[in-house]
This record gives sequence, C-alpha cells and structure tokens, in this order.
Amino acid sequence: MCAKPLKKEERQVKTTGHVWDGIEEYDNPMPRWWVWVFYATIVWGIGYTIAYPAWPLITQATPGLLGASTRADVAADIAAVDAANSAIKERLIAADLNGIGADPELAAFAERAGAAVFRTNCSTCHGSGAAGFEGKGYPNLLDDDWLWGGTMEDIHLTVAHGIRNTTDPDARYSQMPAYGVDGILDETQIAQVTEHVLAISGQDHDAAAAAAGATLYAENCAACHMEDGSGDRTQGAPKLNDAIWLYGGSREAIIETVTQSRFGVMPGWNERLSEDEIRAVAFYVHSRGGGE
Amino acid sequence: MAFLDKHKVIETNATLLMILSLLVVTIGGIVQIVPLFYLENTIEKVEGVRPYTPLELAGKGIYIREGCYGCHSQMIRPLRDEVERYGHYSLAAESMYDRPFQWGSKRTGPDLARVGGRYSDEWHQDHFENAKSVVPESVMPPYGFLADNVIDGRYIEELVATHQMAGVPYTDEMVENALADFTAQADPLGDSSGLEGRYGAEVFGTPINVRNFDGQPELTEMDAMIAYMQVLGTMVDFSTYTPVANR
Repeated sequence: MCAKPLKKEERQVKTTGHVWDGIEEYDNPMPRWWVWVFYATIVWGIGYTIAYPAWPLITQATPGLLGASTRADVAADIAAVDAANSAIKERLIAADLNGIGADPELAAFAERAGAAVFRTNCSTCHGSGAAGFEGKGYPNLLDDDWLWGGTMEDIHLTVAHGIRNTTDPDARYSQMPAYGVDGILDETQIAQVTEHVLAISGQDHDAAAAAAGATLYAENCAACHMEDGSGDRTQGAPKLNDAIWLYGGSREAIIETVTQSRFGVMPGWNERLSEDEIRAVAFYVHSRGGGE
Repeated sequence: MAFLDKHKVIETNATLLMILSLLVVTIGGIVQIVPLFYLENTIEKVEGVRPYTPLELAGKGIYIREGCYGCHSQMIRPLRDEVERYGHYSLAAESMYDRPFQWGSKRTGPDLARVGGRYSDEWHQDHFENAKSVVPESVMPPYGFLADNVIDGRYIEELVATHQMAGVPYTDEMVENALADFTAQADPLGDSSGLEGRYGAEVFGTPINVRNFDGQPELTEMDAMIAYMQVLGTMVDFSTYTPVANR
C-alpha cells in the first residue's frame, strides 16, 4: 500500500508556502489508500445509521431498516432454548414427582438442569457441594437428616415456598420461643436443659444437671422436639438425639440457641424459578444421597 | 473552496478558535443528550417503582461510601446468560430514583440489580461479616463493622430533602417524617403505619420490608445496608410487565 520510493529528483513537491525560521512545510498529498478508506468510513457511517436505530425524531429515534433490538434478540435467544427443551420440560411438569427417577431420559435432564439451578441460586447458602455450613444454620442437603422432610413432595414444597418466608402464606413456618430473652427459663434452667440435650445427643454432660433438665425439657421442649429428642418434621423441629447440628452442638451453641432461639429463613423460589426448574432442582437435591 | 481558505483566521486567533470549538462540542452534545429527555422510548413507564425509604436510602449511602460499585454492578444486560442467572434484564425506570445510579461496569462480584429477596437477612449478616464463611471462593472483604456502627438518623431528614431537591419525588410529608420512617422500618414491633402510608403497597404497589434486619436491638449500618439489599430489583412486578421492542 505504501507509495513507491521516489528518486531524489522526483521529490520536488510543492510546499505549503508557510515559512517559520527558514523551515518550510511540504504539501504532500495524503496516501491514496488512506483517502479511500476515509471516504469508505463515511459511507459506512451513513449506511449504519440507516440500518440501525440512530437519528432522534419527534417521539422516537429512527428504528433502522434491520429492525435491530437487543430485547427482541434476548427474547428470541431464550425462546430458542426453551423451544429446544419444551418437550422434555412439559414431560417434567406432567410427570409424577416420584416417577422422575424411573424415566432415565427425564432423570438425566432433571439432574443436569437441577444442578444448574442449584449452582446459580442455592449454592450461596447450601454450599456448591450442597453440604451446607454446619453451625451457621444452612442445612446439609447430602445427609438423610431432614428438617421438614426429604421426600420429593417435601423438597418441592420447600423450594417453591421457602421456610419462614413471610412473603408467601404457603411457606413452611414455625418459631421456637426465645427461652432466655423472653424470660421463660432462667440461666440455671437453661444450663440444665442444655445438659439434658447434651445427654440425649450422647455427649459429655453433667448427670445431675441433666436430670433436673429432663423435667424442664419435658415441659418446654418435648412438644416439638419429642420426648426422646427425635424431632418433628411437621413443624421443622430438628432432631436433637443425633450428632447433626444446624447451629452447633457444643454446650455454648445450645445455650445460645435456647436463650435467643433461631429463626432460619429460606426464600421461596416460585416467583424466580419456573415449575420445571423447581422440579429439576428438587430432583437434584433429592438425588444427592439423602432423598426419601 | 474559498470558504475553507478562511481557516487561517481561526488558526491565528486563539480566542475565536476556542469559541468556535466550544460551539461545535455544544452542538454535538445537544444532539446526543437532548433527545433522551423527550424520546418516548427512553424511559418506559412501569408500575411499582417508588423512591427509597429513608432506611434504604441510608443503606444506599453506605453502599456508595464503601465503594461496593467497584466490584458489583446493578445492571442486568439483555443477554441470555445474564437473564438466566440474575433475572429479568434491568429497566431504565428501575433506577430512575437513584442519585447517582449504581449501574457500574466492573463485576468482581455478581450483579446485584435483583439481589432483593434472594437470600435471607441472616445470610446477609453472615456474608457481610465474613463472605468466605458462606461462599468459600469469595474474595469480598469483611464488612462486619457495619453491625457495630449504630446510626441515629441525625441527618436523615436532610438526606431525603437533598434527594427531593435533586428531583426524586419525595413529598414534604416524607421529608418531615424521615426520621420516624427511618426507625420504624427496622422495628417490627413498633408502629409502621406511617411508613406504610407514605411508601407502602397502597401508594406504590410494592410492599415494604419492615424487619429487624440485623437481628440486634440497636439500629446499625447493617440494618440500613440489608434493607437496601433486600429491596433491590423487587419493585417491578414482572408478571404484569410486557416488554416493548425497540427500546
């Protein structure tokens, strides 16, 4: 594209006529290729404003001949993917919740779609491996210790409506009294109940205090957590006679729980996720190992 | 082209050059900016968007003070991967009461335009205190000190008044009651009827979160911050929204 090298005598280009301290300025023409590229960009620019939304008019800008619209594009993109999956999504919605696993094709789809939904929406609290965060109130979803039930129906309901989610009347709801803060039990009594809970969960405890705590437990806690500490899933009362703890099973953690109670909230997802996504993620969670 | 030969006059007269340059830039600016104020498709009208409550507004101030915008955007672009991950793409109307808007362009962390209602208040407390405790791969610094900073709303009336002056449609009643509304929102046991009456579902169609956001008896910056987080992107009811193409 460069101009041919010129011989010395050919370099007799006229000057601009400006002289500064004896220095003159050549008036070389712009390289021809450059000039044509410049003209081409002007033509391209005009064409572009005709093809795409550009010039502001009275009420809106010119829409452009190509009808470009980022909103229409994203809607079309999503519609294309939905269309590709629509048949299997409809099957997933129509399927019996417990029958998903029996259909290998449906199960494979639900497993992968559910994994994607889980990573995007659930892993922030339940961990990317679904193991939760022990002691912080985010339940482990890999084990068979369920707070509200581990059947497909139970998980589906939990995902759709959430837990203690006040924006949805269908959400699962229960509330443990704050025995210390509300003054139902005094500090000694809380310590005794705690010893009893340590006893039924098979940990080191003070036998005398635990015996006193047993009566208090029967009066205050057994209605939800059951006499033997086996918990009650219908009200989300955790099992106390095992080694799995939502907010920690140490003496200090149990005292804190009894004193000020816990109120773990899970948002409902039926407004953010579609029915097929909720089913897929319920199936994914159910198939992590603890599903019933 | 004798006209072009006159450029020598401009080139040899600095003041004239400056005035004419300014004129050119002004015309260019007007052509680009002014249509945005009158074109009907710049901002579409949507139901439900309301000015922030005083507590949320304070939270927004903390968000700006801590430079959250340096790592978080609040702008879901109309692309499939973003819409699938974060929710419906952002509408101009959703940030029309933001002074200044928090769209941002850097995403070290995720977009926050629709983070409201996505996580529980407890999760936000845990996450602000130490993000790694709930998201091990996170690089977000700890903001636990927000829970120690008690705020009394001393300047909240001035803050709301300033936003009113900047064009956010706060009524004089909202400004006068700013402090009352500020404390009412974080006190679920108190009387929040005034707050509901000024900002609530009956006026704007969007319910207000009235909770003790940080679980502590004192009203702290953590309350304000979580109140702000929990309202982000929740104002427009997308079940009743029909997108218009060519916007």
